[in-house]
Amino acid sequence: MSMKLKDTLLEPIFNNNPIALQILGICSALAVTSSLQVTLVMCVALTTVVAFSNTAVSLIRKQIPNSIRIIVQMTVIASLVILVDQILKAYAYDTSKQLSVFVGLIITNCIVMGRAEAFAMKHGPKDSFFDGIGNGLGYSVILIGLAVVRELFGAGKLMGIEILQTVNNGGWYVPNGMLLLPPSAFFLIGLFIWAIRTWKPAQVEEDEFKITSNSKVPLAQQEA
Amino acid sequence: MANKDSVKGTLIVALVLCIVCSVVVSTAAVMLKPTQESNAELDMKKNVLLAGGLIAPDQTNRKAIEEAFGNVTIKYVDLSTGKFTDEAPAGGTGRAAAKIASASEKLPADQDTAKIIRRENTKEVYLVEENGEMQRIILPVRGYGLWGQLYGFLALEKDLNTVAGLGFYEHKETPGLGGEVDNPRWKAQWEGKEVYGADGDVELSVIKGSVDANTPNAEHKVDGLSGATLTSKGVDNLINFWLGSQGYGPFLKNLKAGEA
Repeated sequence: MSMKLKDTLLEPIFNNNPIALQILGICSALAVTSSLQVTLVMCVALTTVVAFSNTAVSLIRKQIPNSIRIIVQMTVIASLVILVDQILKAYAYDTSKQLSVFVGLIITNCIVMGRAEAFAMKHGPKDSFFDGIGNGLGYSVILIGLAVVRELFGAGKLMGIEILQTVNNGGWYVPNGMLLLPPSAFFLIGLFIWAIRTWKPAQVEEDEFKITSNSKVPLAQQEA
Repeated sequence: MANKDSVKGTLIVALVLCIVCSVVVSTAAVMLKPTQESNAELDMKKNVLLAGGLIAPDQTNRKAIEEAFGNVTIKYVDLSTGKFTDEAPAGGTGRAAAKIASASEKLPADQDTAKIIRRENTKEVYLVEENGEMQRIILPVRGYGLWGQLYGFLALEKDLNTVAGLGFYEHKETPGLGGEVDNPRWKAQWEGKEVYGADGDVELSVIKGSVDANTPNAEHKVDGLSGATLTSKGVDNLINFWLGSQGYGPFLKNLKAGEA
């Protein structure tokens, strides 16, 4: 694999992470991460959709009329998402029931549209495919991190297997119920972003404005 | 192609794309439909069996489910007469039926204790039989909790009074609080509780706090879920509604008398 392909594949994992740096795809990151098993299926589904929608859009990029390019991308993405949804319903019924509407909502996941418009429209199919896989992996890294923390401390389980025995089941661990609710993922994503930006300070954005220090009233006026 | 950005080019690209995508999507949908339907059916069977305590929660493979479901007969009950009917109703018996005017009826507000608004006229019930004799009966129940309806099954022993099990397969309650309706330890308490009192009224109820041997009428009472008053109340209401006169009450009476 050439250096460039490797970069396309690995850059989105930490250096240009779709969630932590591009702040895309937050909706599903909040919604599906209360259980690790569901999260893993979601990650596979999203990675597949990004990779193939990138490839498909890239293959027809020279034929896409400029005026309808967004709707063309949407059509390609929507078809792939329906395909994934149908396959999940047929072969992973329980998980597809838990994911419910969120598979369908991959259509509106900004990562998919964002990569199609920003990358696949300008690059060849091979590059685009790896860019899709890379972004899928970047999304997965954050989601799996969230899910491990949320399921372990929110329910005392991982993959449905009890790790910390909870009080309700006669153990000692009092689960933190808030971790199972979507807002907790916001705090965790914030902490992840903080950690990544401490590790890679280049990602810290410059302030859009600076707060000036308090002005001082001249001494002469003060006395007056 | 002449010019992709001309009106003609745009239309051709749009048309070709639509045709290709629709062929792909519809082929997948048609080809996978049988598998999906058998999955949905298996899932329903699994929920019935789990509520009835006929299979262990960790043994839910297809073979075990099909084998255990071999003893189960599905029958249809007309709730207004309380008797079996032979045919499945046109509007179905599930939640779709509750939206069809001919297959359901609107409940007056004072009788709608489970807050289901419309009640289906016909429900399917599952009879667990052994050597031609009914051992257990599994009844579908539903009602409003805190965030939405809870859907589940209640299983009764052959005396039609003792609870054999209760389980919900779909609900929107808060994980960790109301979501504890799924906790096996809480569900285990329902086993052996008695539904009807001496005068034939539904006595089974969920109370606040815990039940011990000294609680009066302990055989009719189940612990509430801590931190989930509204969910507990919802479960209490739906049990009362479905076993009462608007629900399976008349049917269970007929069945006991052998007149269903």
